[in-house]
Amino acid sequence: MIPLTYMMSLSAILFSIGVAGVIIRRNILVMFMSIELMLNAVNLAFISLGSRLGSMDGQVIVFFVMTVAAAEAAVGLGIILSIFRSRGTIHADEMTLMRW
Amino acid sequence: MPPFLYIFLGALAIVSALGVVIQRNPIHSLLSLIGTLLTVALLFIAEDAVVVGLLQIIVYAGAIMVLFLFVIWLLNLQTESRPTGHLFLKFIGWLGAAALATELFFILAPPHLQVQFAGAPAGYGSMESLAQKLFTDYLVAFEVTSFLLLAAIVGAVALARRLPAPAADAVSAAESVPAMEQMR
Repeated sequence: MIPLTYMMSLSAILFSIGVAGVIIRRNILVMFMSIELMLNAVNLAFISLGSRLGSMDGQVIVFFVMTVAAAEAAVGLGIILSIFRSRGTIHADEMTLMRW
Repeated sequence: MPPFLYIFLGALAIVSALGVVIQRNPIHSLLSLIGTLLTVALLFIAEDAVVVGLLQIIVYAGAIMVLFLFVIWLLNLQTESRPTGHLFLKFIGWLGAAALATELFFILAPPHLQVQFAGAPAGYGSMESLAQKLFTDYLVAFEVTSFLLLAAIVGAVALARRLPAPAADAVSAAESVPAMEQMR
């Protein structure tokens, strides 16, 4: 079996790329995709640790994370849709209503 | 599974994850994200999590990404008109992400870690063992998840519903009055 270090560093790199995407991109849709990327990196860590410990708990938690991600995608895309209808843009810099 | 295949899949996942962030066009970002999800699903399957890997392909790469695609098409966002962000802020963002990756590496997988794991028992990762766990130990969480999905459906429909504008109402009422008179 491949060493744990490899899977964990892959997970850390994918998570950091997701964080970079949320920080750098200003398109809400792409920021949302980066959040999905972070969720997947954490899932990878759960799966690889679970298979090394011989416990199914990691896979069950990944199952729940995928369910929550589906719910989050449905609600988040609904919010993006209504933002676009009311403001005509999904550029994060132009949503300044709550900025002081 | 030979080690070079792991290296190849990992490199593919990292390259397509970078593609999500770097690509200007949201559709290209989405396609890169699908590539990442598929490679991660293959890694799941290689790590004895066959059911979860297949679910990842069906639910994530299939259903959720099609939802994203529909929204991109619906909002007509194929081209990104404005340049994104300041160059200095971009540099700071990448620097912070690199620092985070290094920190996570030393927390999750320290180089001096010398632990021998027992390895997976027989039947690990099968549908049967997943269902066994899901419907005994995690039954309450499973039921709560069904409520969460129901709430998400109702919320998504309520958010995406187009509210009838007052002007459109007046027009439709004006149109409907002669129609009703004709019916009489």
